[in-house]
Amino acid sequence: MVDEFAVNGTKTPVGRRMFLGLLALGAAGVAFGASVQNFVGNKLGSGLASLLPGGDHFRIYSITGTYPSISTTKYRLKVSGLVDQPMTLSYADLQALPSIEIVKAFQCVTGWRVPNVHWKGVPLSHILQMVGAHSGAVAVSFDSYDGADTESLSIDQAHLADVIVAYEMYGATVSREHGGPVRLVVPEMYGYKSLKWLSGIRVMDEQLVGYWEQNGYPVNGWLDGSTGLTNPSPNLS
Amino acid sequence: MSTRIATAPVVRLLRFDAVQRFVHWINALMFGVLMFTGIPLYFGSFFGVLFPRHVIQEIHLWSGIFVPLPILVSLLGPWGHRMRQDLHRCSYWTRSELRWLRTFGRERINFDKFNPGQKANALFVGAGIIIMWATGYILQWFRFFPVSWREGATVTHDFFAFAFFIIVAGHVVMALSHRDAMVSMLNGKVSEEWAEKNAREWADEELPAK
Repeated sequence: MVDEFAVNGTKTPVGRRMFLGLLALGAAGVAFGASVQNFVGNKLGSGLASLLPGGDHFRIYSITGTYPSISTTKYRLKVSGLVDQPMTLSYADLQALPSIEIVKAFQCVTGWRVPNVHWKGVPLSHILQMVGAHSGAVAVSFDSYDGADTESLSIDQAHLADVIVAYEMYGATVSREHGGPVRLVVPEMYGYKSLKWLSGIRVMDEQLVGYWEQNGYPVNGWLDGSTGLTNPSPNLS
Repeated sequence: MSTRIATAPVVRLLRFDAVQRFVHWINALMFGVLMFTGIPLYFGSFFGVLFPRHVIQEIHLWSGIFVPLPILVSLLGPWGHRMRQDLHRCSYWTRSELRWLRTFGRERINFDKFNPGQKANALFVGAGIIIMWATGYILQWFRFFPVSWREGATVTHDFFAFAFFIIVAGHVVMALSHRDAMVSMLNGKVSEEWAEKNAREWADEELPAK
């Protein structure tokens, strides 16, 4: 092999190679970063991985620039629309209802992902049954205490077993920045469908287009990217 | 030269011309803005302290879009002679420079205009800007990319941001502790004495008559 550095003064494009190597590292990061993150998350546990740059990490978004502050004692959830019996539920009312727990990755449409997020809440289907949603109802709309965000699900989506009105996250009351004390959680869809600071549920005869959907996101925000009313592959991890 | 009398004017060499100094400081300003706005975008809980999120986001986005521009303009124009010359210096290394970097400077060598550490730093900043720009593009216009790319871009953007914080902190510490070198980024010049000591190869090129 010819030693290209045979003469001490000879210059070779080492710097250029370093430069291109770094660019290749960046490209590899885009291509394989998701798998590396999952691997590290599984090896270290998501708590430790969250300390690393680029690790599991919630980015807190707010449409209005502030977070509504609602205490659990003042919290009220208004359920109305095409129902036999409109109701207003307090935080304690929700706690008294049958609940389920979900452990699921929280996936934002913009790319970040937090694995194994623990939620506890009342299945939306139970609340709809409780208030007696009319059989002709087509969709359910959701309002937020921030006064700006709105969301909607088709009536079938709203009846999915894992769609919950969540009041606990990681075993404690959902914090203010995560949309507490009560938020919607739609685990099989991108995070924007899981409306924060849930203030109202309205059973409708048409599906309203929510805030993020008005800004171009799919109304049916399934995690696999499908945009139909039903998800063709409902068993996403 | 030992007979040089004390009153002789000090020979000063041009280390950075006006274009380079301008690009450096505009770049420093943009980096400052990007880092300052990047912190609250990463740690959500800082929101609302100074500006609402969307304002911070817009500032970060627009500074990010334009951050490569000063360097590109300075390199590509007829005014970029020295920029191109220095880029060439960073691209081509001698064997001993590489060895110096590998041994973390234990081996003494005569430095070029920039030592291998400075060259590597410049290369990292250059490549890092491209990587941050490209991953930032994916994060902003995510709709055109598959979700695994968006995730990868998030991880990569965060990772290089973290690296940039370390690199920039190191750069500032080194600048403050090497006063003559730092001042040359303000007035462009270094003394012959400084050049002989810190950039021997370059000094010999610049002062061939000795």
